[in-house]
Amino acid sequence: MQDEVATLLEKTASTERMAQSRYSQRIQVCMGTACMALNSEQVKTALEHAVIENGIQKQCQVQRVGCPGLCSLGPMLRVIDKTITAEANEPRETLYQQITPEVAPAIVTSLTPAAQPTSALDAHRCEVADTFFKRQVKVVLEHCSHIDPERIEDYIAHGGYRAIQSVLTEWTPQRVIDSITKAGLRGRGGAGYPTGLKWATVAKANSSNGKKYVICNGDEGDPGAYMDRSVMEGDPHRVIEGMMIAAYAIGASQGYVYVRAESPLAAKRLRVAIRQAQRAGLLGNNIAGSAFHFDIELRLGAGAFVCGEETALIASIEGGRGQPRPRPPYPAESGLWGCPTLINNVETFANIAPIIDKGWEWYAGIGTAKSKGTKVFALTGQVKTSGLIEVPMGITLREIVFDIAGGIPNNRQFKAVQTGGPSGGCIPEKFLDMPVDYESLAKVGSIMGSGGMIVMDDSTNMIEVARFFMEFCMDESCGKCVPCRVGTVQLHRLLSKFVDKTATPADLIKLEGLCKLVKHTSLCGLGQAAPNPVISTLNYFREEYEQCLKPSP
Amino acid sequence: MANKVKLATVWLGGCSGCHMSFLDLDEWLFDLAQQVELVFSPIADVKIFPEGVDVALIEGAVANEDNLALVKRVRACSKMIISFGDCAVTGNVTALRNILGPNNAEQVLQRAYHDVQNLQPQSPRFVVEDCVTNTLHEIVPPLLPQVLPVHAVVPVDVYLPGCPPPAPRIRAVLTQLLAGNTPQMIGREMLKFG
Amino acid sequence: MSKTLTLNGQMISAREGESILDAARDAGVSIPTLCHMNGVGDVGACRMCLVELAGSGKLVPACTTKISEGMEVNSDTPQLREYRRMLVELIFSERNHVCAVCVANGNCELQDLAIHVGMDHVRYDYLYPAENVDVSHPMFGMDHNRCILCTRCVRTCDEIEGAHVWDITARGIKSHTITGLAEPWGEVNTCTSCGKCVMACPTGAIFKLGATVAEMEKDREKLAFLKNARERREWV
Ligand SMILES: Cc1cc2nc3c(=O)[nH]c(=O)nc-3n(C[C@H](O)[C@H](O)[C@H](O)COP(=O)(O)O)c2cc1C
Ligand code: SF4
Repeated sequence: MQDEVATLLEKTASTERMAQSRYSQRIQVCMGTACMALNSEQVKTALEHAVIENGIQKQCQVQRVGCPGLCSLGPMLRVIDKTITAEANEPRETLYQQITPEVAPAIVTSLTPAAQPTSALDAHRCEVADTFFKRQVKVVLEHCSHIDPERIEDYIAHGGYRAIQSVLTEWTPQRVIDSITKAGLRGRGGAGYPTGLKWATVAKANSSNGKKYVICNGDEGDPGAYMDRSVMEGDPHRVIEGMMIAAYAIGASQGYVYVRAESPLAAKRLRVAIRQAQRAGLLGNNIAGSAFHFDIELRLGAGAFVCGEETALIASIEGGRGQPRPRPPYPAESGLWGCPTLINNVETFANIAPIIDKGWEWYAGIGTAKSKGTKVFALTGQVKTSGLIEVPMGITLREIVFDIAGGIPNNRQFKAVQTGGPSGGCIPEKFLDMPVDYESLAKVGSIMGSGGMIVMDDSTNMIEVARFFMEFCMDESCGKCVPCRVGTVQLHRLLSKFVDKTATPADLIKLEGLCKLVKHTSLCGLGQAAPNPVISTLNYFREEYEQCLKPSP
Repeated sequence: MANKVKLATVWLGGCSGCHMSFLDLDEWLFDLAQQVELVFSPIADVKIFPEGVDVALIEGAVANEDNLALVKRVRACSKMIISFGDCAVTGNVTALRNILGPNNAEQVLQRAYHDVQNLQPQSPRFVVEDCVTNTLHEIVPPLLPQVLPVHAVVPVDVYLPGCPPPAPRIRAVLTQLLAGNTPQMIGREMLKFG
Repeated sequence: MSKTLTLNGQMISAREGESILDAARDAGVSIPTLCHMNGVGDVGACRMCLVELAGSGKLVPACTTKISEGMEVNSDTPQLREYRRMLVELIFSERNHVCAVCVANGNCELQDLAIHVGMDHVRYDYLYPAENVDVSHPMFGMDHNRCILCTRCVRTCDEIEGAHVWDITARGIKSHTITGLAEPWGEVNTCTSCGKCVMACPTGAIFKLGATVAEMEKDREKLAFLKNARERREWV
């Protein structure tokens, strides 16, 4: 029986590879949310028409893929042409940017045998690709932009579900947990809690009714962050496989993926992927002929930032009001319906299969002493090239801002980079050469967070930045506890006084006092971290606050 | 007379209940009179708030332009000011109109001078001459957009809550002050609002 | 099983599974509370009962944190005192708490707490929200001006009366206590008019109709009595 799955995977993979090898040319169109908002669906249709019109449908395939990362230059597409080999006998790959349905036919014509050299596409060749991708290391995003996220066959052909298959046939749960522990993987949802340790805790926890749950946290609500969404859109099976391995390791038979309804494409791709995995016998009862049962349900959130907090998320899945509750008990002991529950972030789960597949030694070799592997960031703000990047831990901020993103546009100066969104802080220029890892970021008053990264130039008013994030926290506060519910409103009012230049020295004292109160007394991470943008800007840009003071009466 | 403490009491936007409570000090007022000189008060006929005041008790919230001008002068001319009663400390009933939003003055006047009047509803808008300053102004001072507690306008040294503050509480504060101490506002007897 | 812990430098013993709050009260140490009420479950929302754990210096709510052997707890530090006062000030700034014209004046836990923390004035701007008073119920009224969102009415109605008339809607500063599906209280036919929420409310927000200033006395221990009597089957 167990071999059946192995055979199935092998057969699917070889059929798929064969089918794909029939094509010598492939056009991969990004069908992530950003590119689709820029009409990439029409681009794809236009390409398909053009392929037929040019009569090259036997050799040229138009394919839907996930996000390659250059979201500000969309719609993006990649042409892989095996008829022309580039370096090292690799087929030639060309990235095109800002493709419209009108330009699309020109791409197809350029692939026909009778193609004439043309300058029509010159403006669309992606010039920044070399520098943008050079420093990146793709682990989590390795399949994104290379496979069709709506076809399980494509995932399997790229080695998908191999990890769970070998885990089910050869590994004990303990060995899985040990591997994850030794790999040094830490939670990508923000806090960086060691994943192996969390799994071990849930594995050990007693459940009164024998049930345990796995939850994938795909709520992702930080303003400007879309790392998890891109993973779910671009490689949903990767997430499912990670959850399966986790479920096997901790002894769970039911999983939930929690996605906000504002990410309909991610939800759709996951729904499709779950159904495909069920049909293939990869989800359900007696998976791979083993005694392992596991199924996954998709739960849609209504789009509250606080529902990303684990206890609020659990309350929301249970059908209650999405409000955090005091911990302990942690979900690992008492989570969903009072049962031990493992809750991890999307990116955390997306790291699991490669660790099993390639070994923890490989994984532990990437990154720094305490922060292993890679981190996906949504890089935005005042940089020349923004987008989704995946970098090894320990890379410096300078490399990210100046090498990958090409530096600051419009001849302006770098001022600060904000990480961790509304829970993080602003890092000034003097720390640009600091490595990006959990400890270093915390040391300078920010956090790794889930991966938002906003670069600011010297025209930025830091008080307005702080007020923007405070407004976000104020709106997103669940209202349960007093310091966050009222404190964020009072903080926002005080910051507005600074922006309006009507603040007094007494207001500065009040501002600092309230930051301390809200940080130390709030119930959950939302409130506890809400003052961070204010604290860090007060720390590094205090003179801006002082310049906004009007003298006391 | 020379080394007596110069005491002032001021009545802003309030019901005068705090002053009534002050008068409830009864015969202790005679003791007080031995130690203080009352230099300004609604119960004394003084038109302009004098300079060099030692202690000013301020009743009421800052509700109109006159209140605002007066409280600023009181601060400038007094060593110590005491927010006297809930309206001064919190805004209290006087500030209830703030609930109507930022521009509630018109609504409030409409209600008071028109909606609830049966005979001759009219706004008291005519201009009179101020016999002290010889200036013209409206008979009803323009209302501020928001009623404010005193400390929102000028720094306050002591808060004496209560609606009204009971006479023993007022006495306790004044006694401590006259003994040269900062009043200790601790416990139900000294701190209960309302 | 009995456990030993240190509270404000004093060794005390407590039962396993007990909260820090209960252990402290048994030992005669009062920790200020607001959303806690004997007889209903704790939510740790008001943050008034935060205590400091030695070692980590972490602040945890005494009502929802279980004691453990050797725990060192401080319930009264200058820092905690300052935080409690700030929290009370924030609550006063949030709605329109005008004690002078409140039915609960003199019988109000918020007012008592303000005295306890030494609040002589509120340093933050008052927010002055426009709030409603719902007097659609034949016997009781709800004055949102005085609601502090402690959810004691919600828990009482749900856990003791079993009617779940009350709940909270919206979030953040816009959070509101609602009856039924945000209907006027008088139109909620699941309400049994038992009046337990009136007793549970710490302020003058929920009151008996007809009560005027300072008349609304509340008997909160009755709720705990009801619950205990029911659990111990004292009436059977
Ligand atoms: C206000 C708030 C919002 C959060 N939002 C998210 C989120 O969107 N996605 C996420 O994975 N974790 C989020 N977290 C962290 C989760 O509570 C939890 O720690 C995380 O899902 C654990 O996964 P990890 O160990 O893989 O990081 C949030 C936490 C807080 C306090
Ligand atoms: S900190 Fe904010 S979001 Fe968290 S429980 Fe308190 S009110 Fe809700």
